Amino acid sequence: MINTLLKQVKQYRTAALLSPLFIMLEVVLDVLIPYVTASLIDKGINAGHMGNVYIYGATMLGMAFLSMLMGILAGQYSSYASSGFACNLRDAMYRNIQTFAFSDIDKYSTSGLVTRMTTDVTNLQNAFQMILRITVRAPFTLLFSIVMCIVISPRLSLIFVVATVVLGIILGVIISKVAKTFAKVFKQYDELNNAVQENVTGIRVVKAFVREEHEKSKFGTAAQGLYKLYVKAESLMALNSPVMNMVVYGCIIAISWWGAHYVVGGQLTTGQLTSLFTYVMSILMSLMMLSMIFVQVTMSAASGERVAQVINEIPDIVSPADGVTEIRDGSIDMNHVSFAYKGGSGEYALHDISAHIASGETIGVIGGTGSGKSSLINLVSRLYDASRGSVMVGGRNVRAYDLTALRNAVAVVLQQNVLFGGTVIDNLRWGNEDATLEQCREACRLACADDFIMQMPQGYDTRIEQGGTNVSGGQRQRLCIARALLKQPRVLVLDDSTSACDNATDAQIRANLRHQAPEVTKLIIAQRISSIKECDRIMVLSEGRLSGFDTHDNLLRNNKIYQEICALQEEDAGDFDAPESTRKEVEA
Amino acid sequence: MSRNPFSTSRTPGGRAGAYVDTTGINKGAVLWRLTKLVMKHYKFSFLAVALCIVVTSVTTLASTLFTRTLIDDYIVPLTQADNPQFASLAQTLFTLALILMLGVVCSYLHSRLMINVTQGTMLRLRTGMFDHMQSLPISYFDSHPHGTVMSAYTNDVDTLRQMINQSLPQAFNSLITISITFASMVALSVPLTLVSIVMAGVMAFSTTWLGKRSRSHFKNQQQKLAEVNSFIEEMMTGQKVVKVFCHEKQAMEQFGRINEELRSSTYQANRIANIVMPVNGNLSHLSYVLIGVIGAMLILGGHVDLSLGTLVAFLTLNKSFARPIANVSQQVNSVLNASVGAERIFRLLDEEPESDNGTVTLVNAEQEGDRLVPVKARTGKWAWCIPTRDGGEPTYVKVDGGVKLDMVDFGYNKEKQVLFDINIDAMPDQKIAFVGGTGAGKTTITNLINRFYDIQDGRITYDGISITDISKPHLRRSLGMVLQETHLFTGSVMDNIRYGRLDATNQDCIEAAKLVNADGFIRRLADGYNTILSGDGGNLSQGERQLLAIARAAVADPPVLILDEATSSIDTRTERAVQKGMDSLMRGRTTFVIAHRLSTVRNADCIIVLERGHIIEYGTHDKLLAMKGKYYQLYTGHDI
Repeated sequence: MINTLLKQVKQYRTAALLSPLFIMLEVVLDVLIPYVTASLIDKGINAGHMGNVYIYGATMLGMAFLSMLMGILAGQYSSYASSGFACNLRDAMYRNIQTFAFSDIDKYSTSGLVTRMTTDVTNLQNAFQMILRITVRAPFTLLFSIVMCIVISPRLSLIFVVATVVLGIILGVIISKVAKTFAKVFKQYDELNNAVQENVTGIRVVKAFVREEHEKSKFGTAAQGLYKLYVKAESLMALNSPVMNMVVYGCIIAISWWGAHYVVGGQLTTGQLTSLFTYVMSILMSLMMLSMIFVQVTMSAASGERVAQVINEIPDIVSPADGVTEIRDGSIDMNHVSFAYKGGSGEYALHDISAHIASGETIGVIGGTGSGKSSLINLVSRLYDASRGSVMVGGRNVRAYDLTALRNAVAVVLQQNVLFGGTVIDNLRWGNEDATLEQCREACRLACADDFIMQMPQGYDTRIEQGGTNVSGGQRQRLCIARALLKQPRVLVLDDSTSACDNATDAQIRANLRHQAPEVTKLIIAQRISSIKECDRIMVLSEGRLSGFDTHDNLLRNNKIYQEICALQEEDAGDFDAPESTRKEVEA
Repeated sequence: MSRNPFSTSRTPGGRAGAYVDTTGINKGAVLWRLTKLVMKHYKFSFLAVALCIVVTSVTTLASTLFTRTLIDDYIVPLTQADNPQFASLAQTLFTLALILMLGVVCSYLHSRLMINVTQGTMLRLRTGMFDHMQSLPISYFDSHPHGTVMSAYTNDVDTLRQMINQSLPQAFNSLITISITFASMVALSVPLTLVSIVMAGVMAFSTTWLGKRSRSHFKNQQQKLAEVNSFIEEMMTGQKVVKVFCHEKQAMEQFGRINEELRSSTYQANRIANIVMPVNGNLSHLSYVLIGVIGAMLILGGHVDLSLGTLVAFLTLNKSFARPIANVSQQVNSVLNASVGAERIFRLLDEEPESDNGTVTLVNAEQEGDRLVPVKARTGKWAWCIPTRDGGEPTYVKVDGGVKLDMVDFGYNKEKQVLFDINIDAMPDQKIAFVGGTGAGKTTITNLINRFYDIQDGRITYDGISITDISKPHLRRSLGMVLQETHLFTGSVMDNIRYGRLDATNQDCIEAAKLVNADGFIRRLADGYNTILSGDGGNLSQGERQLLAIARAAVADPPVLILDEATSSIDTRTERAVQKGMDSLMRGRTTFVIAHRLSTVRNADCIIVLERGHIIEYGTHDKLLAMKGKYYQLYTGHDI
């Protein structure tokens, strides 16, 4: 994981290395300054030599200025390196996500990917900057200070060694306990958030059942739990400061005692004694800093793990190196195709399906929830790969095609369709970047979208909000169909794409496609029998198996499942007001 | 150095980089209110903390000043003595040790007490917010994005943590340290103190100046971060569409652009923030040298009565004088953030709760002769308990479930009326179906009956009692609701069913599940009724979740039902099961149903066809078909 992450430092490597270098120089200067101070006192003030006071004062000022310069440079480089590092991480993740197959996206989930690219990266950026700035400074200060102490008085330095070891051990114990408790704190935090979220989204249920008190006590318990854990973790951490103080004070007393002896004995000067006091502080401060960094780095390790996972993910489907870019026609052949979702229960979503569709045919697909309709058509544009058997388009195995070429030839209008922030025409041009306004309008006419677009305030230049929230569900579906048509595909797949349109519009779109795009093979998934009745042939799926593939009339005669669906729908279970599924957006 | 390494670290569970706008808030008033709130519950803790801070400061000072005593009173005389005696030094050191120990104890007490104060305040705020939130009307939840509400509990409360835990005590601490140090400095040497003050002024100025500059950059960074977040959110949601359209390259380019913008603004912001530390650190060196030189000049010139030890001590004091000044200026940012967070928290706490002037309550009742008497146990019979004005014996009215809407007008806001002159008379045990297109006002009507919203004009009565006279909890308890959007809670299946009636036994819950056709699928789950659901029942299918919601209403066993049928694409067979569940629940109850299926509508006692907030047709199925109006059109899918 660390390797993967470090690779992303890339062009910021120089900055990342320069920053600790400058910090080291800064530390050297910082540590030397008290030494000069000692001389200032001993050789200048004590000796009553004003000349020396000026010399050492000037030296000290010069060093302070240099140290400031180093500090500023280190700060610049570390912020440059860490912001660049974060930028590269996001970029690397985003780049790899673009190569993800559908199965990879399913694995991480959309919200999972979003958190990884935002919160986790921010955590890593902070940790990186801290490592650059402090992780180098603290041990270096520690080491250098100890060296200086030894230079001044080897015997008195023993005190530091003892103090450092004692403090190191105590802090180590505290940190390891704190880290564990904080892990629990974060978990409890998630639970608390979950409680709030459930309450807020389900508030109608809460109020309808008058469960306010029940909810309060549920939340109270979670909040109380968090409180206890937090107090526990922070109390442990609060030990840090008194422990450190105690050690520092111990050192001061010990140094005072022996120091006095040495000064009296003439082995030490007063100035050196004062410098020693300064070094005590910096040694113990740097230990303290180390302990904090350690906790923070442990905490960001989880983020690092999650980010590295995305960067290193090898996509399930990759385009072949010398893929075929020409798709001859829209014929589709499925030979004994079986399919199971990766990471699913391992059960087959599709069993041994064989079907042959001629170019230009219109095929309906029907079946209950979970019967495998979407799974089946997703294989055609290679959004997923078949587990067994082969899927052919235009007489060739889909695996032989260049992925871009294949997906441009097989246009899919997904069930969960999305519009993006931008104008109507921007969204349409996803289908074909170079499409003229007239081409776009033509596609929209086919999809019965032109009328309502023209009624919008700015027509094709009207802004669509993120997620397409300012158009109704039916309008969104029609825009998505138009967008797919602009690709001028050989195969058009509509996955329940007109469910929010009223019956008349639904029928109109189908008629338009039939008459104006006769050479395109059309695969239409629908819930309503009326939407697919007139198709050339209809696939009936049941529990992942192809139970029938024939015309409406023949199926009605021979296929039990089809008969049942028809009977239920015609009898009473039809949708009363299908456009109703747009209701949610309108009210939200 | 901060006491708490988590202070600026990640906010657990919170989204990083929520854009914080500090303009337009009366920060002073908000902070004062927050301080009062903290002080109110933790007066004594704060007093103790203040005391601890004073003691700690004094002991720190003692240890600083000790260097002087050591040199002037011991080392110098000792070097001059022929036969140095260390006994008195030992004694002094021992006293010092005791004083310092006191300091350590106080500093621990301080941190420990502040943890209680901080976490206790956060707990109080969280539960206070949540409790208050439960009392808010539905309109609050409809008009506030859920994300914003949630972030009050996480991000906003977290900003307070840093402020209460650090900024408050540190402000006090700095005040104490500055005054004590200042006093000691004055006592040691007035001229040197003047130099110190000048240098401290320079430091404070540079910190504030840099702080101001970096704040504007940080603001810019937050904005860019918000942009990147929203871009990522949009693109990840549409990632499958990106793939289908082979739009990867374009998406990359666009992302590269805003990613670079974020990087550059982050760099700018941190660059300036990173200057503060070295500048301040070395300004303190400058101050050190200045004082050293001036002090030396004074001593050597013999102008002032200044000893070597005093100068050394003054040099150390000077350092402790500068530090809190730099500290305070660095706390400004955290205080500003906290004021924004606190403002949002207070806004939630200040929201007007749902008003409830109803006095009529729902009680279990038993028929005794020709009159109803209230009883404690569940009898399956209910009565409205109507208190009399003078506090005498209340009267009891049987709950039949007759609901009447009389010339009702309603709008979610004053500008836009959505319901016009609605008249509905539902007799006990009748089934009333609402039919109509999007935005016709079907759901709105049901929201008025259970008083999620209050009507502007007209009157709604329940068994002849105006619903505004019925206490809201009792009114809602008498109405069972099944919403189109099912919400389940984390917990077992049994818990979720029991949500309808908390004192229901396991047997009651199973009976309810059986009644509505849910028992079968529940038994097939891994742990049956004990299967734990999480993430809004994410591991169940749409239809199964709907069945659980129906079971939940069934266990509540209310006299009146409000059902909103699901329209999502559940397959025909599951639809059947759900349908049957609903049918058995409706038997023997007054039911309002927002219908999407022909079968539900057909056998309704009255079908109400709504369009744009008006009732345009009503009557039975046959009557409406014969009218050949809107209903006919909807039903057959043909224009007339």
